[in-house]
Amino acid sequence: MASELDLSRDRLDAPFARRVEELSGENPYACYQCGKCSAGCPFADYMDALPNQVLRLVQLGDASALELSAPWVCASCLACGVRCPKGVDIATTMEALRILALRRGISPAPVTPDRPCPQIALVGAYRKLTP
Amino acid sequence: MKTIAYFPGCAMKDQARPDEAGTLHALALLGYEVTEIPRWNCCGTVYSLAQDDLMRHVGPVRNLVRVQGMGEGRVLTLCAMCYGTLARSARFVAEPERLARINAFLDTEDDFRGGIEVVHLLTLLRDEVGYEKLAAQVKRTLDGLKVGTYYGCVLLRPRLFAVDDPDRPEVMERVVEALGGTPVAFPERTECCGAYLTVGRTDIVGDRVGRILRSARGGGAEVVVTTCPLCQFNLDERRPAGAPTLPVLYLGQLLAWAMGLDEPAVAALVSKEPATGRPVSTGV
Ligand code: SF4
Ligand code: SF4
Repeated sequence: MASELDLSRDRLDAPFARRVEELSGENPYACYQCGKCSAGCPFADYMDALPNQVLRLVQLGDASALELSAPWVCASCLACGVRCPKGVDIATTMEALRILALRRGISPAPVTPDRPCPQIALVGAYRKLTP
Repeated sequence: MKTIAYFPGCAMKDQARPDEAGTLHALALLGYEVTEIPRWNCCGTVYSLAQDDLMRHVGPVRNLVRVQGMGEGRVLTLCAMCYGTLARSARFVAEPERLARINAFLDTEDDFRGGIEVVHLLTLLRDEVGYEKLAAQVKRTLDGLKVGTYYGCVLLRPRLFAVDDPDRPEVMERVVEALGGTPVAFPERTECCGAYLTVGRTDIVGDRVGRILRSARGGGAEVVVTTCPLCQFNLDERRPAGAPTLPVLYLGQLLAWAMGLDEPAVAALVSKEPATGRPVSTGV
């Protein structure tokens, strides 16, 4: 029996991964799942999937990544990006997932501002949480 | 006298007024004529990380067009977040196709030609003023006050726009030294406070702030200093019960103190003056 191992990206359900790649400008397949991003993420404890797991879903072309709360918990602190041994800037992937979710009408949980709240925070939040 | 164009941003005219007042007085003493750019608008506070989101660069670029209109080649920011959006947008739209599209958006404005340098206060103090000249202007030393230097995110990440080494920054520590203080480079000084998550996720921000303040106090800090109005707000206002109560100040407030200023806008700082003659109570 002939056996052949096809390792190409085309085997995967790649349209979703390609879309995320386009939006983020980062190649998700550069990630080799070492977990360093998640180890250093100050917000990982509050996420329903660790940053490297979010990236794994993207690699697998799994659009259920859009249903996660993790991208909404990510504060774009960029700690992951400066530390990734493969130079993957995961924060841009998180941003791509937020934007795709918003464009597809999958909204984050509604936000009620806690008072007091300075305008610098309100502007930041509406730029991140609205399409 | 050197001239420099200045982009204040929203916070400097609101909750960060003591920062602006102190810094601008210090810059005057250091020989700068600082001119606010005309008709500036909000920078957007957070930089868009998406490739196709050109609309979110209009705000920062409009401000850069105003700088260009003043005939200046660079613009100063005091706020870390303004620095991030302006510096990163300036580079993002420098690519010819994006530049053409953004200029089409701006329409009624002069075309942005690119090439405006965005300078943060810390870089200016280090690279142009120099720590020695800064020290020479000190009228009232910090007298060894232990100052925790909190950088947060935007000054150090991404690497391309970092004002210093993202892993081992020292510019703020050297400024504190020049003012006569003892810098405390505590481990959490480069970790995020939670930023805009403060709108609705005070639970997360509170946890982060508690950790940052404990780290600062663990290093012996009597006060924490920052250049980001959002960090200052979070560290001060979202402090959880039981967290260290040490004061969280703007860098401009330390500059104001050291340069002998008693302006009303820095009164909040001066009023905390304890009998020892130090600028703040240790409060711990
Ligand atoms: S640190 Fe980089 S390579 Fe490692 S899991 Fe995270 S993204 Fe992948
Ligand atoms: S940018 Fe997001 S994912 Fe990366 S370390 Fe910061 S919070 Fe975590």
